[in-house]
Amino acid sequence: MTIFSPRSLTEALQVLNEHPAARLLAGGTDTMVEINFRHFEPSDIISLRHVQELQVFETLSTGYRLGAAIPYKQFENGSFSHVSGALSEASRTVGSPQIRATGTIGGNLGTCSPAGDTLPVLSALDAQIELSSINGIRMLSIHDFMLGVKRNARVSNEIITAIHIPKINGFQGYAKVGVRNAMVISIASACLIHNMDKSHIALALGAVGPTIIRCRTAEKWLTQNADLSTSTALTTEVIEEFGRLAASEALPITDHRSTAEYRKHAVGVLAQRLLKRAMK
Amino acid sequence: MSTRTTSKQREVLGVSALRPDGLAKTQGTFSFSSDYTADNMLWGATLRSPHPYARIISIDISEAIKIDGVETVLLASDVPGKLTYGLIASDQPVFASEFVRYMGEPIAAVAADHPETCRRALDAIVVHYEVLKPLTSIEDALNPNTPSIHPDGNVFRHQHILHGDANATGDIVVEGEYEIGMQDQAFLGLEAALAYPDSDGSGIELVVATQWLHEDQKQIADCLAMPKEKVRLQLGGVGGAFGAREDISLQVHTCLLALRTGRPVKMQYTREESFFGHVHRHPGVISLKHHVTNEGRIVKIEGTMKLDGGAYASTSSAVLINGVTHIQGPYKCPNAVFDGYAVRTNNPPCGAMRGFGVVQACFAHEGQMDKIAKAVGKSPVEVRLLNAMEKGDTLITGQPVESVAPVARCIRETDALPLPEPLSLSAGTMELPGGSGRTSELHNIKRGIGWGVSIKNLMYSEGFDDSAEARCTLGDGVATLKFATAEVGQGFVVLAQQIARTVLGVDVVVLDRIDTNIGSAGSTSASRQTWMSGGAVDGACRLVRERLFEHVAHMHGLDPLQLIIEDTDIVDTMGPLRISVSEASKGVKITQTFLHQHRKTEELDENGQGNCHVAFAFVAHRAVVDVDVELGLVKVVQIATAQDVGRSLNPLALLGQIEGGIAQGLGLAVMEEIIMQNGIVKNPSFTDYLLPTALDAPDVLFIPIEEPDPQAPLGAKGVGEPPCISVTPAIVAAIRDATGIDLKRTPVRPQDICL
Amino acid sequence: MSTSSEIYSLRVNGTDQHVKDAWIGESLLYVLRERLGFMGSKGACEQGECGSCTVLINNDAVCSCLVMAASAIDTDIITVEGLAPSESPNDIQQAFVAEGAVQCGFCTPGLIVAVHHLLETNSSPSEIEVKEALSGNICRCTGYGRIFSAVQLVISQREKSIS
Ligand SMILES: Cc1cc2nc3c(=O)[nH]c(=O)nc-3n(C[C@H](O)[C@H](O)[C@H](O)COP(=O)(O)OP(=O)(O)OC[C@H]3O[C@@H](n4cnc5c(N)ncnc54)[C@H](O)[C@@H]3O)c2cc1C
Ligand code: FES
Ligand code: FES
Repeated sequence: MTIFSPRSLTEALQVLNEHPAARLLAGGTDTMVEINFRHFEPSDIISLRHVQELQVFETLSTGYRLGAAIPYKQFENGSFSHVSGALSEASRTVGSPQIRATGTIGGNLGTCSPAGDTLPVLSALDAQIELSSINGIRMLSIHDFMLGVKRNARVSNEIITAIHIPKINGFQGYAKVGVRNAMVISIASACLIHNMDKSHIALALGAVGPTIIRCRTAEKWLTQNADLSTSTALTTEVIEEFGRLAASEALPITDHRSTAEYRKHAVGVLAQRLLKRAMK
Repeated sequence: MSTRTTSKQREVLGVSALRPDGLAKTQGTFSFSSDYTADNMLWGATLRSPHPYARIISIDISEAIKIDGVETVLLASDVPGKLTYGLIASDQPVFASEFVRYMGEPIAAVAADHPETCRRALDAIVVHYEVLKPLTSIEDALNPNTPSIHPDGNVFRHQHILHGDANATGDIVVEGEYEIGMQDQAFLGLEAALAYPDSDGSGIELVVATQWLHEDQKQIADCLAMPKEKVRLQLGGVGGAFGAREDISLQVHTCLLALRTGRPVKMQYTREESFFGHVHRHPGVISLKHHVTNEGRIVKIEGTMKLDGGAYASTSSAVLINGVTHIQGPYKCPNAVFDGYAVRTNNPPCGAMRGFGVVQACFAHEGQMDKIAKAVGKSPVEVRLLNAMEKGDTLITGQPVESVAPVARCIRETDALPLPEPLSLSAGTMELPGGSGRTSELHNIKRGIGWGVSIKNLMYSEGFDDSAEARCTLGDGVATLKFATAEVGQGFVVLAQQIARTVLGVDVVVLDRIDTNIGSAGSTSASRQTWMSGGAVDGACRLVRERLFEHVAHMHGLDPLQLIIEDTDIVDTMGPLRISVSEASKGVKITQTFLHQHRKTEELDENGQGNCHVAFAFVAHRAVVDVDVELGLVKVVQIATAQDVGRSLNPLALLGQIEGGIAQGLGLAVMEEIIMQNGIVKNPSFTDYLLPTALDAPDVLFIPIEEPDPQAPLGAKGVGEPPCISVTPAIVAAIRDATGIDLKRTPVRPQDICL
Repeated sequence: MSTSSEIYSLRVNGTDQHVKDAWIGESLLYVLRERLGFMGSKGACEQGECGSCTVLINNDAVCSCLVMAASAIDTDIITVEGLAPSESPNDIQQAFVAEGAVQCGFCTPGLIVAVHHLLETNSSPSEIEVKEALSGNICRCTGYGRIFSAVQLVISQREKSIS
């Protein structure tokens, strides 16, 4: 039982390689709850707090490279809030200011809960996840990264070093239903990205399936039934059908937070509202 | 709304005097019960049942006791005295030994050197259960064919009420069914205690956060088989209570562990454990049938109230009586036939929570008032004013309401408060339902207005021999007060100082430690401490003042009856003498103790008739809500309220009670519920048991109605409970108004609105 | 406890504090309270939901219950005790008392830290910004009204003292 506090990425990757069972600790907002509630017994811990490389933000020609350990507050209204409107909106809904000061997207990906708020955004943006190990870097599509309820494709000697997202010309929005006006785990959420250059609208749903759901059917139907190269208003029929299709793609469950029926209904409503926001 | 006094006025009664413990609380130096530590201290922890109902086949502690750092493991067989405790009926085991009857029931306790060692020891205790089918529905509990889950049976109490003419009828009959979910008090300061055993093991000292030191002392002493005086309690700082600290939780366990190990033992619950460790507000179902005239006057009410008391009795029988005796609401009601039942199930035990049975009753009667209004074509305000109770009217128990009863005034003054501005086009997403989730836009929102009015009894009922004791010592211009009144946040500490300053003309009032070295103050509950302990402090200070007057009169050859206190001086009303109290009390020490008792109450007869309550307070609430109807999301915009307070002794503290109570009522209306499934608690955490945040708090407009109650020692009525009672039905009524949906249950869930 | 292993030091309120024989899973909240005696930070949920345990780490307001203590080496930790000397409470602390924002007081130290942090980063927040900034601090007693008043009082006093 040791805690390592590496000072560089190289050091972190080496330590991890030597202790592949170690738990990576970024903001700790998921891990510490697990420890405090005894759902996880810590043995070796690698703290990423002092690994500067994970805090780096870069603007690339096609988009952005977001260091995995940048806390939410930087995306919410801090230095990087311009990179993605949806990511900024999603970040602002995460927990409380205290959580957003420490919690990270890397941690959201690491936990990979279907209710993780940035995950629908990363899904709708077709983000690429950068995974590093002492053997090098591999890039994985977000869709291949998320495997199921709290399961992802990271292997034990890898660190999520960054998230790559594209620059988008068009509306992007995130909406999340919770019964409290702040600090609430999502009971249903949706992210819609309108890529005017590609005449495409992407829609991803959160908290209504074992992992994030991309609404391929609704997206395809919309491409066939609307001109998505501009943002002109759509007919009520189109909007409603889009919502209906989106809801039908959801696979929600009933639990103590909500019912399957409500969740299905809610994502349908959110899909419609986001589409209206995009096309006006 | 209420005005604050900021000038350098003396901090006497009627002024917004500041709390003596306020600064320390902001600096983190105030000691809550969880902040106490001792040298050589051990930590304690409790093993709890994962099953709602099971027979215990065997308990094996052998592995646990071997763990390095574990000092002891205790079971039911280690309890030296009485094996059970309870506030009204002693039916709850200190540790379960044969059966566990609810999820979270204590089975064993351990003491070890570190909290984590304790948790590992708990993991190592092996309990074999024969899991039984839990009894979880009220209807099953009432069914005489259901086997008893406890030797005392499955019904805690049935109360029948027959008042006036059972056959009376009205022109119109209005019926409704109402359901209330299980609410948690969710005080922030978790249960914590530190026990110091006497070196010879013959006694114990316990620092604990509780509402009622002496009741704890009695129950602990019985379980420890010690004389009461050997169990000495001191109040550790209390981080809120709201009813949840009236029952025993960790007190007996902590003492047992300390006595067994001969070392100080600290126990402190986690939030999850706290959900299992204290009682909750009773969930229940109420059916009501109102017979009314064409005009809307109540002729008769009929119906039933069924409360789920959970596995053990706690205060269920008293909660039930409060519920049924308030079912008419603050309205005239000549005839009634009503039955109330509190039952035992394998759900968590329920007991006291702010509002104590009246919250449930009010949710139902206020739902009915709106239905009556609709049936007779009147507004919610008109129909309530038409039926508003006045002084001299009787409850359906036959008890006359003798004290001030400004019901109509509460309604009118609330109605006169301004409504909020309509939502502006520029309203930000944080101001709309859904808040930071950015779900809603202006055109998705409908606004609604709803009303709730209530009556609440003050103090204990049904012949309970209730009293409070206080002692005052005066010397050298300083008054020192001693009482056992639990300060749980409500501010008795500042009130006590204000009383002493007012009565004695001193400015410096020292508060002695709150402990069992004086007679009981009774519980900090039932809105009773201002009246009861306030009365006791007032009485003690008055006795001291008499002695002081005698002393001064003797020195100056005057009649003590000529003397009065003016500001900080003693003044001769018939002559020139004026001497400051500090001067007059120099070198003297006067100590007086006073026991305050309220007037006697009676038990109810078999028809539920009798003068069972002491006094009543009234309040009206008007709620304005914005609802996103399609998603079922609600934002409470504004609460307007006028409350019958008798006399406002500290406007700032009063406002704090009003706003705090409203937030708790809001919680019950739209978000707070312990979710049960077959006896399993599904959400014992703050992640899933949602409390209102700063972004959920409505604007509050408040008018105190000040008509001093001649029966109250300070003219002031208790103000703690009324704020959280009718605000819940007012909010739910506002949601009904916005959506047109006949909502029967609280809390209102999104799916209740939009599916 | 027997499985203790960690030895490290934390900089709390400007002073280095040594922690030894700690269990690795201990939160900063636990270490501050039980090992270092900083009882001002309170714990009411240990899952980041109540804010009672709020402290500053490198000038960020964070929940100390969610910080692994041993990971907080080489950071600046400020607790409520470090905001102002006990004999001269700061304007926020005084305003909380004056405006009746303190009842049971269990939420108060966390709120004081959160308000301090808010006003350090934004000296004239709007009403809704105040609410959002405090949405991670649950108060069960006050219903928040007096807390908002206290914050407004500090804002207006500070504005006055500048002009
Ligand atoms: C009160 C509270 C409210 C919350 N509200 C929300 C909410 O509204 N929405 C939401 O989505 N989440 C919420 N969360 C969950 C949590 O804050 C987020 O999932 C957050 O993104 C986790 O990030 P972290 O850095 O704190 O994670 P950690 O706890 O540090 O890590 C989480 C997991 O990810 C792994 N990990 C972290 N970084 C890396 C990396 N760089 N490479 C590989 N693996 C890594 C860790 O090993 C661990 O398994 C809440 C949590 C709390 C306590
Ligand atoms: S104890 Fe840390 S947020 Fe509640
Ligand atoms: S004052 Fe009690 S929780 Fe805030």
